[in-house]
Amino acid sequence: MARIRTTVDGLVYEDDVEPRMLLVQYLRERLGKTGTVIGCDTSNCGACTVHLDGMSVKSCSVLAVQANGAEVLTIEGLERDGQLHPVQQAFHDNHALQCGYCTPGMIMQSIDLLGDNPDPTEHEVREGIEGNLCRCTGYQNIVRAVQDAATKMKPGAAPTAEAGAKQTVAGGGA
Amino acid sequence: MIPAQFDYVRPTTVEEALQALRDGGDDAKLLAGGQSLLPVLRLRMADPSLIIDLGGIPELRGVREDGNEVVVGAMTSHHDVTRDDILRQHVALIQEATKTVADPQVRHRGTLGGALAHADPAGDLAAPALALEAKFVIAGANGTRTVAAADFFEDYFATAIGEGELLTEIRFPKYTGWGARYEKFNRVAQAWSIVAVAATIKVDGGTISDARIGLTNMAGTPVRATAVESALVGQSATEDNVRKAAQAAAEGTSPTADADAGTDYREHLARVLTGRAVLAAAG
Repeated sequence: MARIRTTVDGLVYEDDVEPRMLLVQYLRERLGKTGTVIGCDTSNCGACTVHLDGMSVKSCSVLAVQANGAEVLTIEGLERDGQLHPVQQAFHDNHALQCGYCTPGMIMQSIDLLGDNPDPTEHEVREGIEGNLCRCTGYQNIVRAVQDAATKMKPGAAPTAEAGAKQTVAGGGA
Repeated sequence: MIPAQFDYVRPTTVEEALQALRDGGDDAKLLAGGQSLLPVLRLRMADPSLIIDLGGIPELRGVREDGNEVVVGAMTSHHDVTRDDILRQHVALIQEATKTVADPQVRHRGTLGGALAHADPAGDLAAPALALEAKFVIAGANGTRTVAAADFFEDYFATAIGEGELLTEIRFPKYTGWGARYEKFNRVAQAWSIVAVAATIKVDGGTISDARIGLTNMAGTPVRATAVESALVGQSATEDNVRKAAQAAAEGTSPTADADAGTDYREHLARVLTGRAVLAAAG
């Protein structure tokens, strides 16, 4: 067992984990953050995308122990005072989903993309979400949603969830 | 699936990592960015007893100039490689190829040294490293040694890194002012290269004065397209001349046949992509 201390969606958690535990398992099974989903066994689908120290990662391809000391932001940490994040709202407004399984990862990756490139072209959106698979929509409305969010987030409406209030939660809901 | 059980250590210096390798013996595995290793562990294609995480060793990260060379720490992420100003100016080819690796999430975690040490024949960074005549600095119990790219890649997933050793840095000669292009042919976004061509070209007054070309996935190791390189030098960079020279691209290669492509088709791709890569790099 290894002791880890991570900040997830603004709260600090301390837990003992097996070194082999994947970050996505830790989020789902220990912390109950089932908003982050597992879509494949091959690292292809991107459904489990979260931010680790401000950068998008596939949480199936990171060990929980590697997140020790890091800040994790999941889809569950985006909402603020009952308000959806602008990218969440844009996915809703543009009907950017059908079954919804890829949506948490799509939104987390889109936020990463917009942090990097606040005004992406259609091509840049498609390149930016190439690590996220959607098997329903054909991507059309997803691309529209990301571009819609880009216009609404201008200027300087970066995600602020990482700056949320922190408190320590022992045991991490294990 | 989840990986089989293993012990985990996170050293903070190269010395500690080498000690952990010695202590762990045959069954220890180095973890760089984990973007190849973790899928392998999850699929239980490997079950090492000890994972040595190199993520806590600051000296293995970063890009710096050292005289006529640019030195990249083995644990420098693909993301950092794609944004580095020194590399943009002096080693554009490695940056162009790195931009095509997998997807943004993988590029945030994956590392240059990890990808090169993994030595997947369909990986995108070995061919540019070979073309650029990179040198690989390998640390072991008796200090460090330097291996030329031509001797580093030995076979499918096999390199000159020996037992108890680890790759610490990759040293690139400077190619300041050379054009660069990585032409990659794959089936869908984020798929492995079926074939890809890395070309960096020096043009003086419309004439190609020097050329370096590496091929991805045309053998178990990256291959240098030396026949094309010699055919190009001294030629004006016209489409006709380049396409003619590119006809020699498949010489000396031994591509495999798989579900994506037969050997003939791979040879065809090597010729076509070489033409495109050289034209773009010379443009």
